[in-house]
Amino acid sequence: MNEDENTLKKNGQGGAAVLTKPEAAGKRKQVFSEVMLSVRDLYVSFRTFGGEVQALRGVSFDLYKGETLAIVGESGCGKSVTANTIMGLIPEPAGRIKNGSVLFKGKDLTKLDKSKMRKVQGVDISMIFQDPMTALNPTLKIGEQLTEGLRTHQKVSIGEARKKAIKLLEVVGIPNPEERMKQYPHQFSGGMRQRIVIAIALICEPELLIADEPTTALDVTIQAQILELFEEIQERTGVSIILITHDLGVVAKIADRIAVMYAGKVIEIGTKREVFYTPQHPYTKGLLASVPRLDLKEEELQPIEGTPPDLFAPPIGCPFTARCPFAMEVCDRIYPGTTDISVTHAVDCWLQDERAKKLFD
Amino acid sequence: MTKKVILSVKNLKRYFDVGRGQKLKAVDGISFDIVRGETFGLVGESGCGKSTAGRTILGLYNKTDGEVLYEGQSIHDMTDNERHRFLKKMQMIFQDPYASLNPRSTVYEIIAEPMQIHGMYKTQEEMRARVNELLEDVGLNRDHANRYPHEFSGGQRQRIGIARSLALDPEFIIADEPISALDVSVQAQVVKLLQRLQREKGLTYLFIAHDLSMVKYISDRIGVMYLGHMVELTSSKQLYDKPLHPYTEALLSAIPIPDPDIEESRERILLKGELPSPINPPSGCVFRTRCPYAMEVCGELKPKWLEKEEGHFVACHLHDEETLKRTDAVREVVGSS
Repeated sequence: MNEDENTLKKNGQGGAAVLTKPEAAGKRKQVFSEVMLSVRDLYVSFRTFGGEVQALRGVSFDLYKGETLAIVGESGCGKSVTANTIMGLIPEPAGRIKNGSVLFKGKDLTKLDKSKMRKVQGVDISMIFQDPMTALNPTLKIGEQLTEGLRTHQKVSIGEARKKAIKLLEVVGIPNPEERMKQYPHQFSGGMRQRIVIAIALICEPELLIADEPTTALDVTIQAQILELFEEIQERTGVSIILITHDLGVVAKIADRIAVMYAGKVIEIGTKREVFYTPQHPYTKGLLASVPRLDLKEEELQPIEGTPPDLFAPPIGCPFTARCPFAMEVCDRIYPGTTDISVTHAVDCWLQDERAKKLFD
Repeated sequence: MTKKVILSVKNLKRYFDVGRGQKLKAVDGISFDIVRGETFGLVGESGCGKSTAGRTILGLYNKTDGEVLYEGQSIHDMTDNERHRFLKKMQMIFQDPYASLNPRSTVYEIIAEPMQIHGMYKTQEEMRARVNELLEDVGLNRDHANRYPHEFSGGQRQRIGIARSLALDPEFIIADEPISALDVSVQAQVVKLLQRLQREKGLTYLFIAHDLSMVKYISDRIGVMYLGHMVELTSSKQLYDKPLHPYTEALLSAIPIPDPDIEESRERILLKGELPSPINPPSGCVFRTRCPYAMEVCGELKPKWLEKEEGHFVACHLHDEETLKRTDAVREVVGSS
């Protein structure tokens, strides 16, 4: 694996960092130490009628084996583009990876040609999409859709593939799997369809699962079931998960680490507890304060005023400057460097600069 | 503030014909009052009938049975003239700020249209002034009047929708999921705006949503719907502190709280299965198929709408002493739980 020194610090010491899974009451302790995916300085742009949208502007992070990394941020911040880039789903020629790499098992996924990438998609890395209504083919029985990936990538017989599919349907909690294999997507409810999509994603036993807003289209009681399922699957298979979401409640439940994105950049990354309890970036703080909480009594909601910047012409400095209550002159002009708060916690903000700290003290 | 009922919904039903003589019972007998100046939250999951209820209350759908009284007058029995005048008092904000604004009209045209229909202003200048005032009320500015909807972000579009709903100076606004299409930080902006407008203009809101945390934040009282029925109704504080209906309990426990410590130690009530079809709803209590405490009686009798404490209504056999007395088996179940 070729290592880029400039960007490694964003995640502590890259592969050397040891992370401890935040321990829940009665849950087993887990140690993450092996980096399985490294995203380095990724720049992705889309050419549109109105000009070039700079969707990603230097995204770097590491993913450890067996962990769940949540990428959070508002619409347009680049979280889905990050997922699609890893998965090799950037539509060309409109979209273009201008710089950077995605290292997975020693290979740079951005450099693979289509046929080599096909061998990664669905086998090593699988993706779960937001809308289970459109992710399934309405004209194919779910049995066919389940076995398709397996039959394409691994030379197995129809019988074997079916057996495996039925077992997997059981795992994801679909009753009467044998009967259900013969049915079409429209015969399932939204929650059930998402379970099927998850089963399809798991059929080739991938090492990495990318879930792009997997519960956003579902009702809360169904969402709770699906989140439970994710935890169960991870426990069972040890798969690493990149979870893309805007729901901080979901993140609090299942993430190990969190990357906060804003305007095409990762502005803060840390363990779940670091980001929730000691957020450093004003945007992260604002995001946490703008969510109403069920468990707290009357409390003022604090919206972040304004809107995210236009990515056709992103600001040179920190993109949050216009909405930031602590903005300084320098913020507008120069993008802040990354400051390590701890081995696992890093933030891009001028407030972390020694000179700013002195001023505020 | 005197508590004066402004809107009274009595046993409202709205069925849809789905062919072969079957009826989809979207709203199946809900009753509640809304007091002037309050925010009444109507919550439930998709398919529970909350949006149909909102639309039927405004008269966008005909009712199947029951009554909706606005200041004592039945909304569905109005003459065209009466209805025309009534709609000046009650307006709606829609969920999708992308679909609810005509892409070919300028913001000025969108906001001015209701006023033109109602002939509110004689001159263009007066109208222009009023539109500008409305734009400023919702946090936009007058330069925005000549632009088209596609030039705005989701949050800004929802502000335009709000300005349009305020154009006729209504007393009552039905907001059908006004924030669910927006980003979290923008949601808070719009909710704050709605609250400010309520204070300034003395509006009454019927706030329809599936996001209980936001509904708790904005509402004075909340009604919880499940499969066309109202299962619980009380003040928002009471609902969160002391939910009575098992569905409310499950719904509250399903919502993830953005706090890792709490989230990891929390006991969650996971509901089994999925929403039954409203075409063929379960007999007795509609929630019994997913209820962790379901008893025999739940399949036989429809639970009564009981006032357990002042202003706290619930429809559940577990809280009906009469049924509990009658059924021995029930006592065991309750005793053991």
